[in-house]
Amino acid sequence: MKRYSAFAIAREALRQHKGWSHAWTSPEPRNSYDVVIVGAGGHGLATAYYLGRNFGITNVAVIEKGWLGGGNTGRNTTIIRSNYLQDPSAALYEKARSLFENLSQDLNYNIMFSPRGVMMLAQTEHEKRGYLRTERANALQGVQTRFIQPAEVKKLVPIINLDGPRYPVLGALWQPRGGTARHDAVAWGYARACSDMGMHIIEQCAVTGVESAGGQVTAVNTTKGTITCKKLGIVVAGHSGALADMAGFRLPVESVALQALVSEPIKPCMDVVVMANTVHGYMSQSDKGEMVIGGGADGFNNYTQRGSWHHVEETVRALVETFPMISRLKMLRQWGGIVDMTGDRSPIISKTPLGNCFINCGWGTGGFKATPGSGWAMAELIAKGEPGPLAREFSMTRFREGRFIDESVAAGVAH
Amino acid sequence: MLTLTCPCCGVTAEETEFSPGGEAHLKRFGPGSSDQEYEAYMFNRKNPRGVHFERWRHAYGCGKWFLAARCTMTLEVFGTYAAQTLEPPAEIVAKIKDRHPGWEGYS
Repeated sequence: MKRYSAFAIAREALRQHKGWSHAWTSPEPRNSYDVVIVGAGGHGLATAYYLGRNFGITNVAVIEKGWLGGGNTGRNTTIIRSNYLQDPSAALYEKARSLFENLSQDLNYNIMFSPRGVMMLAQTEHEKRGYLRTERANALQGVQTRFIQPAEVKKLVPIINLDGPRYPVLGALWQPRGGTARHDAVAWGYARACSDMGMHIIEQCAVTGVESAGGQVTAVNTTKGTITCKKLGIVVAGHSGALADMAGFRLPVESVALQALVSEPIKPCMDVVVMANTVHGYMSQSDKGEMVIGGGADGFNNYTQRGSWHHVEETVRALVETFPMISRLKMLRQWGGIVDMTGDRSPIISKTPLGNCFINCGWGTGGFKATPGSGWAMAELIAKGEPGPLAREFSMTRFREGRFIDESVAAGVAH
Repeated sequence: MLTLTCPCCGVTAEETEFSPGGEAHLKRFGPGSSDQEYEAYMFNRKNPRGVHFERWRHAYGCGKWFLAARCTMTLEVFGTYAAQTLEPPAEIVAKIKDRHPGWEGYS
């Protein structure tokens, strides 16, 4: 792999940019690998990367039915934060956020991490009390957050309307070290680093079955033939139910559509991320100038990668009161992704009923922010066969055992 | 937009008039059942790509619960039927098989 650097740009400028190579290779699959990971989104590629970097396991294939990073990795609203209430969540998301800080250097790939600050508005008394509680929990967890008053909110976000009347701003939970990153670049950067370690990234290759013998996984059947493996990692977000069905077990997961939209690009007007959870809307401004708006999820099982139109209307209707200036913007694009929701709105990083088959799913509406931490924890689980400290609480058996990591109550909404 | 017909009052309306209620025909396991059975009933779901049987409530209409057969890949609704039904009625199953000959049937 040729390192990207200012020197490399200068060198290529002098020879008409003929020296750049593909960021990752697209080999034909071998018959056998030590580890096969299904799903080349951010989480799957991060898992492969940390398998190589932390454990020296590089005989790895990452199989993707579509194109790399074309699922939820390319469809989210790129927000990174770790202001969670429950300790296991805070540990996992804070690990991810801290890895994001050095990820560009680590991967030698600019993921455009922008720690611009994330603000979660308190728009009801109930929500304000909830965030005051989270602020104290975060202090104990070592996550830097602060509850700020309306005047400070206005100073940070001049375009905001504090007075309601329906949704007045009573304050906000402010995480100054949260922010955004370029979501595609996260997947591309991990893919490049994995390819450089000799791992195979196999796109346009759908998994059609999982083979096992004696309760242990032995191979996956794909549209490019059968691939044997010693260990299998399933990291397929919304399609986890389908893969689990092939592997012979059921998950406490339901797949629904979650939507986002962007406005036409405008001049810079807001340099933080604002989340308004009471009205299920959140907004930031992309580097291109578009206002990136995320909304609520549908309530019914859906695999169509488009959501119901009325959710867009509800989200925008509520946000217009808080940000009156967006009422004059045109919508540029709208899209949906299929998210896998668990009952407690926390993810699953777990062993499964099938031996040597591991699953990473259930990130619901908020997986992007966890990408490096998720990969870190999943790699440890696959390499050692047992969960490490980050993944331990996120076992799929927690539902049977009543050990919920109840962020749905903590956040008040899907998160 | 998803359109459903309430079998209780006969009204056909857009999804905003209804509330989704999750997978239908779940077999209940309560006190005295095993942990695995209780977990399966409480949490584990089929979550299929394709034909799905599910509960809906006509929340902004007659208020009654009913069941629907729907494709999660296309949002096509094969039919709706009374909530007091233990498994999908024959005519709904026939309609699904007509549209999806490869469908393995309700189990």
